Amino acid sequence: MSWAFLRDLLSGVNKYSTGIGRIWVAVVFMFRLLVYVAAAENIWKHEHDEFECNIKQPGCENVCFDHFFPVSHIRLWALQLIMVSTPSLLVVFHVAYRENREKHHNQKLYKNPGKIDGGLLCTYLISLILKTGLETVFLVLFYKLYNGFKIPHLVKCDIKPCPSTVDCYISKPTEKMIFLYFLVATSCLCIVLNLSELSYLIVKYSKKCYLKRHMKKQQ
Amino acid sequence: MDWGALHTILGGVNKHSTSIGKIWLTVLFIFRIMILVVAAERVWGDEQDDFVCNTLQPGCRNVCYDHFFPISHIRLWALQLIFVSTPALLVAMHVAYRRHEKKRQFRKGDQKCEFKDIEEIRKQRFRIEGSLWWTYTGSIFFRLIFEAVFMYAFYFMYDGFRMPRLMKCNAWPCPNTVDCFVSRPTEKTVFTIFMIAVSSICILLNVAELCYLLTKFFLRRSKKAGNSKQQPNHENKEETKQNEMNELISDSCQNTVIGFTS
Repeated sequence: MSWAFLRDLLSGVNKYSTGIGRIWVAVVFMFRLLVYVAAAENIWKHEHDEFECNIKQPGCENVCFDHFFPVSHIRLWALQLIMVSTPSLLVVFHVAYRENREKHHNQKLYKNPGKIDGGLLCTYLISLILKTGLETVFLVLFYKLYNGFKIPHLVKCDIKPCPSTVDCYISKPTEKMIFLYFLVATSCLCIVLNLSELSYLIVKYSKKCYLKRHMKKQQ
Repeated sequence: MDWGALHTILGGVNKHSTSIGKIWLTVLFIFRIMILVVAAERVWGDEQDDFVCNTLQPGCRNVCYDHFFPISHIRLWALQLIFVSTPALLVAMHVAYRRHEKKRQFRKGDQKCEFKDIEEIRKQRFRIEGSLWWTYTGSIFFRLIFEAVFMYAFYFMYDGFRMPRLMKCNAWPCPNTVDCFVSRPTEKTVFTIFMIAVSSICILLNVAELCYLLTKFFLRRSKKAGNSKQQPNHENKEETKQNEMNELISDSCQNTVIGFTS
């Protein structure tokens, strides 16, 4: 079980997406998943070993690291990627349910089970709202946990068993900050794409509905 | 999930590329991505652990390393490769859109549609003309820009392409100007120069492909203008048919020779 599972999941979702949805999948693949696996993971690999405090007191480094990094950036990033990709499963499940129903009744119930209309449209809209919500939640979490998106090169720690206020140095703070900003930028881009897709679908189907009603009235 | 996924995505684009585009893709995968994964990552693997400063002051090494390497070479290359590969996705999306339109025409039972079944549409190779030409040319243009920007960023951040053996650091909390030693500087310099050289080759290939596409575009335009002025001549029709056949034959030969399976 690895990121390949997420990649296969997203490829499956791509089939039932709109054009903007496909751009979203491409952005998640190339700029988030690939960057995470190929670059970001290695930066945070030895963050605990390379976290150094100006003291020889055993245990001081451990408690200080735990205090300043309750959940590591890279783990939050991984959680965000997983959570944000999961709502798309709702669409896949709904299409599978439709196809199953057709098989069960042995007749063509839908013109095209993968077409976004009726119940599938509601599922798609819900998945978009969930995706946007989760992205925002994680961005806010990052901001609150780490006091903004900055990573200082020095933090002052005075938790027991550290005997006094001790200087602790974080490894590769600049590189980590660059990738953090990259993560925030791609998150915001994904939020914008989700909101555009939402508005596009709402406008498209409202127009369709209005035209249908108009035609009925004329008849 | 790794570079293999990128290979799958870009392999699909390969079918609709020009011959120079196929060479570019081969160079990208063999001389850049493969070298990055198989060799370069190992060379830079122990970069912070083996970055040693001539002081026992805790924190001095961390701060000096961060000062001299704001972003590691290996990460910069990974980002460069991702950004440079992304424009090809535009072409893949455009091709997918065209295929979707053709499938829709076929399903509607359009008389103009020349395909006998959906499989033919799926396997069809689109020629680079019309709006696809603009997308393709745009993607090459963006590739060039990204390559140039990253090469400049590299040069600017590291003051050239050489990795020095010794760096002098006096950032706080280092007590004075301290000597810091980089691990494997020569090997890193060799790989840096190699990656820069291959980047330059890729830039040249992109420029050549751009010139080729522009030349083809202007030739086609002048041919069209010439044909519309002349009377429809039976001999001209024969010549143009023969030209098209020759183009198709040479394209299919190049497909088999540069065998990059999609």
